[in-house]
Amino acid sequence: MSDATTLALTIVIPLIGAVLIGLTGRSPNLREGVTLGTASLLFLDVLWLFGQFQEGAEPAVVLREVMPGLALALRIEPLGMMFGLIASGLWIVNSLYSIGYMRGNREGHQTRYYMCFAIAILSAMGIAFAANMFTLFIFYEMLTVSTYPLVIHKETEEARRSGRTYLGLLLGTSIGLQMVAIIWTWIATGTLDFTKGGILAGRIDEVVVPALLGLYMFGIGKAALMPFHRWLPAAMVAPTPVSALLHAVAVVKAGVFTVMKVVVYIFGIDFLAATGASRWLVWVAAFTLLAASIIAMTKDNLKARLAYSTVSQLSYVILGAALATSLGVIGGSMQIAMHAMGKITLFFCAGAIYTATHKTEISDMDGLGRVMPFTYGAFLIGALSVIGLPPMGGSWSKWYLMLGAADAGQLVMIGVLMVSSLLNVAYLLPVVGRGFLAPAAGSPGARDPVPRAVGAAAAPGLVTGIREAPALCVVPPLITAAGCVALFFYADSLYRLLEPITRP
Amino acid sequence: MISHHLPILQVIVPLLAAPLSVFLRRAALAWYLTFLVSIATFLVSIALLERVMTGGVISYALGDWAAPYGIEYRVDAVNAFVLLIISGISTVVLPYARTSVASEIDAGSQSLFYTCYLLCLTGLLGMVVTGDAFNAFVFLEISSLSTYVLVAMGAKRDRRALTAAYSYLVMGTIGATFFVIGVGLLYMMTGTLNMADLASRIQPIESNRTVLVAFAFIVTGLGLKLALFPLHLWLPNAYAFAPSAVTVFLAATATKAAVYLLIRFLFTIFGTGYDILGLTLAYLLMPLAILAMFAASTVAIFQVDIKRMLAYSSIAQIGYMILGFSFATVTGLAASLIHLFNHALMKGALFMVLGAVALRKGTASIDSMRGLGRQMPWTMAAFVAGGLSLIGVPLTVGFVSKWYLVAASLESGMWPIAVLIVASSLLAVVYVWRVVEAAYLSDAPDGRRVEEAPPSLLVPTYLLVAANVYFGIDAGLTTRVATRAAGILMGAGE
Repeated sequence: MSDATTLALTIVIPLIGAVLIGLTGRSPNLREGVTLGTASLLFLDVLWLFGQFQEGAEPAVVLREVMPGLALALRIEPLGMMFGLIASGLWIVNSLYSIGYMRGNREGHQTRYYMCFAIAILSAMGIAFAANMFTLFIFYEMLTVSTYPLVIHKETEEARRSGRTYLGLLLGTSIGLQMVAIIWTWIATGTLDFTKGGILAGRIDEVVVPALLGLYMFGIGKAALMPFHRWLPAAMVAPTPVSALLHAVAVVKAGVFTVMKVVVYIFGIDFLAATGASRWLVWVAAFTLLAASIIAMTKDNLKARLAYSTVSQLSYVILGAALATSLGVIGGSMQIAMHAMGKITLFFCAGAIYTATHKTEISDMDGLGRVMPFTYGAFLIGALSVIGLPPMGGSWSKWYLMLGAADAGQLVMIGVLMVSSLLNVAYLLPVVGRGFLAPAAGSPGARDPVPRAVGAAAAPGLVTGIREAPALCVVPPLITAAGCVALFFYADSLYRLLEPITRP
Repeated sequence: MISHHLPILQVIVPLLAAPLSVFLRRAALAWYLTFLVSIATFLVSIALLERVMTGGVISYALGDWAAPYGIEYRVDAVNAFVLLIISGISTVVLPYARTSVASEIDAGSQSLFYTCYLLCLTGLLGMVVTGDAFNAFVFLEISSLSTYVLVAMGAKRDRRALTAAYSYLVMGTIGATFFVIGVGLLYMMTGTLNMADLASRIQPIESNRTVLVAFAFIVTGLGLKLALFPLHLWLPNAYAFAPSAVTVFLAATATKAAVYLLIRFLFTIFGTGYDILGLTLAYLLMPLAILAMFAASTVAIFQVDIKRMLAYSSIAQIGYMILGFSFATVTGLAASLIHLFNHALMKGALFMVLGAVALRKGTASIDSMRGLGRQMPWTMAAFVAGGLSLIGVPLTVGFVSKWYLVAASLESGMWPIAVLIVASSLLAVVYVWRVVEAAYLSDAPDGRRVEEAPPSLLVPTYLLVAANVYFGIDAGLTTRVATRAAGILMGAGE
């Protein structure tokens, strides 16, 4: 099998998977089997590509020339390799979790759900391996459209309203701003290929570079830069596995990944640093980073809090890109991986709590930690990683970001990053604290345990003893929590994978 | 031998078949004849395009009377492309029309329907293929008169079709009269009606006041025919009340032929060197096009009848076509021509969906769409696909159109217009999504459930949907032909 075929297979496998899921809709077990099989095959395929890539090969394939000079083409480079590995790897874990969650909550329209999921992953693969901005944009839009049915899954009035916000903001920014930016680039340079060192240097009037950058950055709505972040909290109306994989990993990471690609391969770090065109972006990112953290503190709904936390964490990546230094870019890129692993853990836990107790508000979750110790344990690890404390992977990305800020002479940003970490502590750890330490709601005190049978009958919300969600909802967060720890110790290989992108 | 006569065959075959269809009397036979004729015209136009792309301009002297005294049929990449659109759409519409017409028109007048249809096809193809200004007028009238009848045939379903046809008749006649006045004035000044000849003879006298008046009459007259905002008033009702198959055919072809004729007059006859042309494009057509994009799209959002909604959307889309060539650049003209083709595909598919809904529900109002996503899944999936194409989502033809339009505006340095283009396409998101939400997120009103549309409607619909996707993924054909055609129009020659 040639490299090109293997690369094309990253698109073809989920596509076939989606079709098969549609065909096997009548038999849920078979259908879920297809999902798991597709996910595993895809991951193996990406791993194989990773192996080839490590050996120095650069697989590339042209799928189709759409318009003269504009081709649907895939090519592997370090950033995409990392994103591809994350998205395809976590899809397997998430599929297991989906099965537990969707069955545990008796959700409807499951065939549609799994089909759209497969297409969303297909789009994420396309984004990861796109060889040019045109291809990336096409898959970017495909991701928006394919996740819309997942957001409105419940088909309630609330879901419908959130769906409008979701589609309106994502399509609005991408068609209204990003597409203009891309065509502008195309007219100025005559190419859209991702090229080391960028394609814009010397081909565009330096005065307009900040404007073009603005069109890109706000046009990539998936990166949730304020004021275009509202779609992300809106998307939380979707079932939790969707929030976990798509709105903590695939969709939002596709956004910041695109930001990185644009900064590194379209503008070029050196060009940005030389023109100072990204200086304003540093401040916008810093603002988003802090503002979203503060909003997160005010949210009692667990998923809403996590959503705002995501908005904040995404801006770390944008900040890293905007610093326009090698270390900043590395820190930002690492953040893509680290935050993915941490945040998916947190969402998995939120979903497990919901499946076991049907609770969504943090204030109702007092004492739950003692009932669901595994879930809460995983949550703690995920939270620590998101905050950036060792020995969790998240600490490395913060480390490199601070180095990058120092390198760029932006000392204020070091302060911003520190304040933000404190804010993270302030909104994430209380969830765990209340879970383990606060007395359970309805009981006079934790020292006064109510006999189990009586308690369950007397106060429905009150449970004691270990009563976890179904295994398929609990094991996945444990796996990803372990991943958070592993990323701390294996950050070196990630660094070595990413390091070439900063070399011109 | 026969290949030499292709240009005239394009017109003469449907023209002769039309009276034949009257004699057949029986609807089924008339349909077969029409369908065969349509296939024949499609094959002819493919052959013509093929020859034009490889061999250059084809000039055909009607009855061997040499131009400029006789009538010349002149085919280059520009009109070969438009011929392909018209005959191709007609060939896809006919299988659809059979079921749709049977349910909407009395059995007794169905053969007459096909007669009018053939005449309409003749007229549209004729006004595109001809290289003679007066001959273009004749065909314009043939297509218009038959269209009035076709629209009026919707009266069985809704009597308002009669007033719609009548107001179309009045407006259309004014348009055609203006056009012929303009052509007459040009003839007075130059003594010729041949387009190529006109082009060379106008140049020395281009600032002559009579020529200016002729120019104004022609632009206004054609503006009426192509529903240039604000001369569009006839269109919404005509589309809404005509029989479903007629709406599909008209929406995909009729205004396109008129747009072609306008482009031909502006760029080939008056020419890019003509001062007043630049002024008209920049200060008249471009603002009107942008107004159309916004005003018509906004009106579309508030329509209850989805047929009317799409009709207003068509007016907005015509705005895109006008906007493209108003840049007066090769990319801009190419954008216009590409959108001509692409819009035929997307509106054809969307109106076909509405015809299927009308067949099952009796109407195509927003309320009748509620809950249809579950009852007619294939039909509504086609609507979603067509709607995404209308919005301009990648991998559909709409995206290619939008790409070229935005590229044309940025290339001309008019970035505010690029912003307006994308902003107006967001209005399309709003009106398309109203329908999608009604179909998928609302419960069906109480009452009878309806079945999925029959395959005879679904297959043609999906042919167009597939074309929407195919030409969105591989736009090589359209962009190549359109760019070449644009080059010819801008005077780059072959």
